[in-house]
Amino acid sequence: MTSKCKRRGRRRALIAAALAGAAVAAAAQDSTLQEIERYRQMLQEGNPAELLVVRGEELWTARRGPKNASLEQCDIGLGPGVVKGAYAQLPRYFADVDQVMDFEARLVHCMVTLQGFDRAALVKSPFSGAGQRQTDIESITTYVVDQSRGATIAVPQNHRKEKAAFDRGKQLFYMRAGPYDFACSTCHGVDGQRIRLQDLPNFEKVEPAQRAFATWPAYRVSQGALRTMQWRINDCFRQARWPEPIFISQGTIDLITFLGVKANGGKMDSPAIKR
Amino acid sequence: MTKTIVFLAAAATVAGCATYTAPSKEETLAVIKSSFQDRGIAKVDRLNQTDLQRICSETGNNPPPDVRERLEKQALATVKYPADGRWLGDFALGERIAQTGVGLQWSDAPGTVAGGNCYACHQLSKAEISYGNIGPSLYNYGKLRGYGDDIKRYTWGKIWNAHAYSACSSMPRFGDAGILTEEQIRNVMALLLDPKSPVNQ
Repeated sequence: MTSKCKRRGRRRALIAAALAGAAVAAAAQDSTLQEIERYRQMLQEGNPAELLVVRGEELWTARRGPKNASLEQCDIGLGPGVVKGAYAQLPRYFADVDQVMDFEARLVHCMVTLQGFDRAALVKSPFSGAGQRQTDIESITTYVVDQSRGATIAVPQNHRKEKAAFDRGKQLFYMRAGPYDFACSTCHGVDGQRIRLQDLPNFEKVEPAQRAFATWPAYRVSQGALRTMQWRINDCFRQARWPEPIFISQGTIDLITFLGVKANGGKMDSPAIKR
Repeated sequence: MTKTIVFLAAAATVAGCATYTAPSKEETLAVIKSSFQDRGIAKVDRLNQTDLQRICSETGNNPPPDVRERLEKQALATVKYPADGRWLGDFALGERIAQTGVGLQWSDAPGTVAGGNCYACHQLSKAEISYGNIGPSLYNYGKLRGYGDDIKRYTWGKIWNAHAYSACSSMPRFGDAGILTEEQIRNVMALLLDPKSPVNQ
């Protein structure tokens, strides 16, 4: 079967799964944790993110922007144009900008330098709103992370700036602030914790850290949208009652570096699908 | 020999791994503060830590005994007990507060009445099976502990400022931080300590 055929088949499975998913969702609310787990497993069988992978690939290869260039010469860490396995080794240090970047920061960098897009316009609304079309950043991220499925997470700690990013990210992870006194570690530093029925990965343990890091970006069924790692960080801070993290700011990259290094050795399994 | 060392040092500098020194706490804090922005009601001044937040962050929520004692004493001093001596409100309203998770997020409109979101972390009534486990189960709270004034006073203090009884607790300071009003706390108190509350069935 060609990959296009496979995708078409998956698309059909998606529609069926979406219908089944709605019925299962209703049942899960008044059922137990096992029912929710069963629901999660059913969702895995048809992930709408597959459609976005196709769109992201088109955007990656299309000549676009004021410079009418594609992103195929973008170096996301393994050399210009190398996409396979690259996401699993981010964030990392990039000598050309002398800083550590996560994938989304690097993508913005390439869209600006190669394609001539306006940085301010790109970072203004990186996440799609409810019912909106996914942003180009979200679509391209989905394509690129899909190219790392099965790759071993290997966030480097060689350059001193990579080490500094980890150390700052660690301090941020344990920092309590805001009206609720929450730190990331309040929810993500103890085994087996839940908010309501939602399991919370403990980033102090290798296995849950790997499982969590490996499954972002993810398609969120409850939002009907693909969500990236930058979005995940953003929404955590919203719920923790912090001010808003600036998209692809140093602090967010530091935190993602900390989480990524904790997850090293795991296998990427994204785009995943979550409730 | 010296030449070799110089060469090695130069090579290490090129690779960016020479004499790594971790960023200081202050440097890191400056980077963190520059990485956030005001949005809606959530302003960047929320990153200015209180003494308690800073000490708990730096000690892994396990400060040395003398510091713990001081923090608990200071927290207890913040508790404002009901002036009219009325401890309990309406447990049905308390249940609603326990179920509600909105308030103080940048997505909340100014003036949004905050909930307590108790079920996010605690079991309370038996009917609600969607409860978290970050805090202990509070099912049968009053039935197990009794309904006397001493337990009422303790519970009020715990809700107002949890650090009064356990420094660096994960629980928000619902009274001290102005998350819930006195009347809302009274209703949550009733959910826990009214013998007729579903929590005590």
